[in-house]
Amino acid sequence: MAEKVLKSFTVKYWKQNGPKDAGHFEERVMKDIPGDTSFLEMLDILNEQLIEDGKEPFVFDHDCREGICGMCSLYINGTPHGKTERGATTCQLYMRKFNDGDVITIEPWRSAGFPVIKDCMVDRTAFDKIIQAGGYTTVRTGAPQDANAILIPKEDADEAMDCASCIGCGACVAACKNGSAMLFVSSKVSQLALLPQGRVEAARRAKAMVAKMDELGFGNCTNTRACEAVCPKCETIANIARLNREFIKAKLAD
Amino acid sequence: MAINIDSKIPEGPVAEKWSNYKAHQRLVNPKNKLKLDVIVVGTGLAGASAAASLGEMGFNVLNFCIQDSPRRAHSIAAQGGINAAKNYQNDGDSVYRLFYDTVKGGDYRAREANVYRLAEVSNSIIDQCVAQGVPFAREYGGTLANRSFGGAQVSRTFYAKGQTGQQLLLGAYSALSAQVNAGKVKLYTRYEMLDVVIIDGKARGIIAKNLVTGKLERFSANAVVIATGGYGNTYFLSTNAMGCNVTAAMSCYRKGAYFANPCYVQIHPTCIPVHGDKQSKLTLMSESLRNDGRIWVPKKLEDAKALQAGTKEGWEIPEEDRDYYLERRYPAFGNLVPRDVASRAAKERCDKGFGVNNTGLAVFLDFSESIQRLGIDVIRQRYGNLFDMYEEITDVNPGEKRATKNGMDYYNPMMIFPAIHYTMGGIWVDYELQTSIPGLFAIGECNFSDHGANRLGASALMQGLADGYFVLPYTIQNYLADQSIWPRISTDAPEFAEVEKATEERIQKLMNIKGKRSVDSIHKELGHICWEYIGMGRTKEGLEKGIKLIDELRKEFDTNLFIPGSREGLNVELDKAIHLDDFITMGKLIAYDALSREESCGGHFREEHQTEEGEAKRDDKNFFYVGCWKYQGNDATAPELIKEPLEYEAIKVQTRNYKN
Repeated sequence: MAEKVLKSFTVKYWKQNGPKDAGHFEERVMKDIPGDTSFLEMLDILNEQLIEDGKEPFVFDHDCREGICGMCSLYINGTPHGKTERGATTCQLYMRKFNDGDVITIEPWRSAGFPVIKDCMVDRTAFDKIIQAGGYTTVRTGAPQDANAILIPKEDADEAMDCASCIGCGACVAACKNGSAMLFVSSKVSQLALLPQGRVEAARRAKAMVAKMDELGFGNCTNTRACEAVCPKCETIANIARLNREFIKAKLAD
Repeated sequence: MAINIDSKIPEGPVAEKWSNYKAHQRLVNPKNKLKLDVIVVGTGLAGASAAASLGEMGFNVLNFCIQDSPRRAHSIAAQGGINAAKNYQNDGDSVYRLFYDTVKGGDYRAREANVYRLAEVSNSIIDQCVAQGVPFAREYGGTLANRSFGGAQVSRTFYAKGQTGQQLLLGAYSALSAQVNAGKVKLYTRYEMLDVVIIDGKARGIIAKNLVTGKLERFSANAVVIATGGYGNTYFLSTNAMGCNVTAAMSCYRKGAYFANPCYVQIHPTCIPVHGDKQSKLTLMSESLRNDGRIWVPKKLEDAKALQAGTKEGWEIPEEDRDYYLERRYPAFGNLVPRDVASRAAKERCDKGFGVNNTGLAVFLDFSESIQRLGIDVIRQRYGNLFDMYEEITDVNPGEKRATKNGMDYYNPMMIFPAIHYTMGGIWVDYELQTSIPGLFAIGECNFSDHGANRLGASALMQGLADGYFVLPYTIQNYLADQSIWPRISTDAPEFAEVEKATEERIQKLMNIKGKRSVDSIHKELGHICWEYIGMGRTKEGLEKGIKLIDELRKEFDTNLFIPGSREGLNVELDKAIHLDDFITMGKLIAYDALSREESCGGHFREEHQTEEGEAKRDDKNFFYVGCWKYQGNDATAPELIKEPLEYEAIKVQTRNYKN
């Protein structure tokens, strides 16, 4: 199979020196990029060229480059992580999905909850703070009961696993017109609500995490489903419905 | 003067050592714990679990990571699973058998007592993780499911789809988050440890760079724990994340902590082959694929040539013309031989010209037989996310049927090739996981202790969590017990000022080189040298050449490096330059160790030392020791080798045999 090579396309990328800078776009024409090059490898090449010209490289977050660490976070042509057929992170996007003559626009996650650090690197510590508010079961290191003493129906375990697949990248927030973190919060709440180990604290958890989310300036959910359309791990808004049920139950119990 | 190494292995039979240790170690009383600070560097499985557990016990923990969140640590990318000796499958597993398999898998170069303890605490890890809500795979009856992995004849691997590392890390991260919420752990994200501060011979703090402001900051504590992972990125291309580096470990080494067995580097057999010179990293395909996938190359050289020329595809080659070389060479373990054996066997076939892609450096991993036997649904249930990942990267779907001939279905095979994956060597630690510097501890991949010369699949997660949840939180107390009467050390102490000044000077020196070459261009060159001369097949001649080439590259780095931007603020290139500075020194250290170890064992293969059948040939008479390297004051001088003799009482050392 002959490999596709992109002869020429333009990358329009966001430069911003800190959270207070207004920011602006810069452009560069890229030539002769093989289709098997990953999107981030293409940016590596762009950065090598910038460094060769004595310029500072374009800054963006990235780490594992296999779609699991949740570090990469680019808003590509108006979509978080770019458009792919099935859920994928920026690092799993390949240049074969683009064409000669394309103008590829790259921006940071834009949300009040995620201030820009530099260029397309943003601060997502708000997500850590939401988890710290209650995204766990309270269990000490030590000797809990034998693992098989808790029987969990396979269907429940599988569903919990799907919810637990969230990588905390923040694409859901970046896609939402309200800047809501509901998909993120509900995925964690759902994972633990589906498991007997997590049921005990389900009410407290839902309340604490939602309160923290509100406090940190994330918006609310108005069911536009923009989040689930861009989630690289295919989390669904069924999780949000479950979070709402847990939340209402908790409030009724107050 | 010969230096004696005290590994502090407790008395008694191997099965009783850990219980004896715990029964007699010193503990810190609850009130005194509140007065003690512990620095934990790293938030992967080892770091996060240690920080969480120490916080729960009452210590004040300062926890550092280079990423924006503790949840990004590279443990998250581990796919296959975690071993434990639960014997849930009733297939004859036991603590002893897990211990034995791990020692044997490590080619008899691990410390017996450490490995037994690892096997012993393995079961508690599973209990702990389940209690945290880790969604392990389950059977219809609601019990936990297991699968088999390389180097074992039992099914003892627990897994969460192909995302086990992610789920275990998120479990540890949630425990850590609870302690942050409780005020017992303070997190420092986007901070990088650049040096350790020693006062009166004891580790008392670190100098860390705030990666956003660029400023150096001082942190003091009663003990320092590093959990900063391995040195695989020395090779530039590896399965490690882009940010993985050896800088924290190197700073400890330069301060006098021994570096043990650096030549033991694991080359993972099932990675996606290299496609071009712009590639930034290699992607692992979980070893679990070898449960149902069969590895092969063509029997006929002309078929291999056609595959290399692109005139034929794998599925077109009929069953009878396929050489399932692992099944042929190792009938008892077949495709499930340990990683080092599988990697070398792939190299052997490709060296003979049987490689299956345009570079000639790839073999097939084929699911045709298992899909036909079990159905695509079962196979997708097991490996769906890995199939998707493979297709995403290569544009080839391994679940796509291409032909049926003589009753056999032919699917697209995957192409795989070995890649640098894990480093068994690391900072030397004693039984208490303390380095040769008092008060400095090393846990997880960054220490050397449990895997010997080769790590078995699903054992890295086990070791990281064993160290962090169940070993370090105990053993560190034996050290901290008499620390509670000491006053807190101020970061105004002259030792802090001195180390901070030296660190700043080092950074300024890098900034001032003002040459022409980017960090990556030099790092790629280092990677080529290391892969070529210090990689899968090593020779005396090659290693000596490697050292010479690294010396030349060092000169190039010192005189021709270019770092754009300024010293202040966030400067990604500067941070990468610091890492590369250390990778260059690390590369040479690997070569020194590989040169001195005149035998083949596990991940270390010296071509001079092989059997007639091409298997690794150990020399237990002369090399039954841990090679510990002591820094000699500067990077240019060769380090001194100190030997920690290995003593086996429970296991009889023998030649590894996976044939029958």
